[in-house]
Amino acid sequence: MITVCFVELDGDEVVDASLRAVTFARRLGGGAPLGCLVLDRPGPGALAQLAAFGVADVRHLDAGDVHGYAPMAAAAALAEMVAPFDDGVDVVAVVAAATDHGNEVLAHLGATTGLELVANCVDAQVQAEVEPGGPGNGGGFAVVRQRWAGSLLEDAVLHARGGLFSVVAEAVTAEPSPVAAEVTVRPIAPALTPLDLAVQAVETRSEGGGVSLASARVVVSGGRGIGGAEGFGVVEELATLLGGAVGVSRAVTSAGWRPHREQVGQTGTRVAPHLYVACGISGAIQHLAGCQGATHMVAINTDPDAPIMARADYAIVGDVSVVLPALVDALRHRTAGS
Amino acid sequence: MDVLVYVKRVPAVGGRIVLTPDGREVDTSMLGFTVSPHEECAVEEAVQITERHGGTVTVSTMGPPEAIEQLRTAISVGAHAAHLLVTTGVDAGPIATSRALASSVRELEGGRGRPFDLILCGNEAADTGDHQVGVRLAHALGRPCATGVKQLQIEATGESVEASREYRGSQEHFTLRLPAVVTVKEGINLPRYPSLPGRMRAKKADVSTATPTLEPEPLVMQRLRVPRTERTSAEVLGHGVDAVPALVALFETLGVVP
Repeated sequence: MITVCFVELDGDEVVDASLRAVTFARRLGGGAPLGCLVLDRPGPGALAQLAAFGVADVRHLDAGDVHGYAPMAAAAALAEMVAPFDDGVDVVAVVAAATDHGNEVLAHLGATTGLELVANCVDAQVQAEVEPGGPGNGGGFAVVRQRWAGSLLEDAVLHARGGLFSVVAEAVTAEPSPVAAEVTVRPIAPALTPLDLAVQAVETRSEGGGVSLASARVVVSGGRGIGGAEGFGVVEELATLLGGAVGVSRAVTSAGWRPHREQVGQTGTRVAPHLYVACGISGAIQHLAGCQGATHMVAINTDPDAPIMARADYAIVGDVSVVLPALVDALRHRTAGS
Repeated sequence: MDVLVYVKRVPAVGGRIVLTPDGREVDTSMLGFTVSPHEECAVEEAVQITERHGGTVTVSTMGPPEAIEQLRTAISVGAHAAHLLVTTGVDAGPIATSRALASSVRELEGGRGRPFDLILCGNEAADTGDHQVGVRLAHALGRPCATGVKQLQIEATGESVEASREYRGSQEHFTLRLPAVVTVKEGINLPRYPSLPGRMRAKKADVSTATPTLEPEPLVMQRLRVPRTERTSAEVLGHGVDAVPALVALFETLGVVP
């Protein structure tokens, strides 16, 4: 079996989602040698992490005409790394974190190799025999993947000897290998077509400012129940008092009350704060998909039967336009008095 | 600028998903249908592009006969033509779907005598979240592709498009030669509501249809299930402003106030 991971770096560190994907790949490979592709030459910190996680063969993309993130070039390198597949290797798995880059690179690899991409996996296992019914011959993979951004799980069988798997971060805990690997680092320069090279990103830094929604320790979110754009003043105040960021539901961005970058949910930002305060949010599954990683959740809503009230840890039945100003007032006096 | 947009009909689920007794589908008997949010924005983006640069928007979907409803909605917000690939039975997988779409694109382009300048898709469908149909379609057609795009600008010459997105604190900019395939994400624009004349036009519009050939997919779904959640009911801290002291105490316990 060949198991290869697409690994993302942040400076001299492997990003957390990729460490989880490597853990997933190591278990799927069941002791098979683990290789990985990184886009830049890894530093000593990243290499130490990869060794600890059991990655033996580290390849870094080193194609002369690639200067930025180039998903098709990355896919071409991965295709080369699994190329012995055609010479009698029994099983091949390529694994990446289910990030925008991970899914994109695997989608390109799927298109060029004809292999299926099973996106948003929470589990995968090699099966020697799978039930008939699929086009594969003999073995395959038993997989569990998310649908509806995690509101549903799908049990499926991949009838093929090779598969591409993107891994949902919260489904796997990053665990170093019981036995660290002896790492070799080599460049890889796949043959690239003009089209492969045409899809390349030029990067510019985004302007920062305020607490980032994705990494905030506290998120105070407002929904339709806030009533209008002007109602968000008090949501902002509460977020500031709690040292957190403002989030909103899709109803709010669709109405044009707040910008989309503040949207929490399936088609917005996924957050996993220490505390999530949902104010006037009913709790559609698409919203819950974006905040179910919160350690503690408080919901304030007039409707005691709103779905959010069942999913929260603590509920306040009440009108946010009354509760929030009183809460902000109480917190301010507390701060002033302490 | 002629733009082709692909959308997918999905159930408008609310606070809870209910499955059919055999666990193979979402029970839609009590639900309406919509298109995935990213694709709603793809339609809006296509309409805005033709408003700025001239040209046409063709919207297409593969789905049951009822998916004509989603195509008419797209016409009501500004699409000019619609094409329905009618399927029966369960959802096609991503490989089968992208092959069927590629063959449909070739047919439509053959009929027009020239390629669509731009094909827009959603980054991923709301239900299956496969993240690959647009990319596979681009490869089948031999065209460049950018995914997850949040900003799109046709260059003045009309020969290329600049597609941008944010990734981990950086902006990534792709310049793609047209014809190209771009998958977009919600937030790229704010979709408009249908106008009354738009609705009238949609009602009367001709929608062409075709029957795609679907190959078997190597990934075979066994069943769907609702994941167990640890939380099933909340502790009610109180009603209205009377709950404020309890909430402040909770914040203190959680260590989120100084």
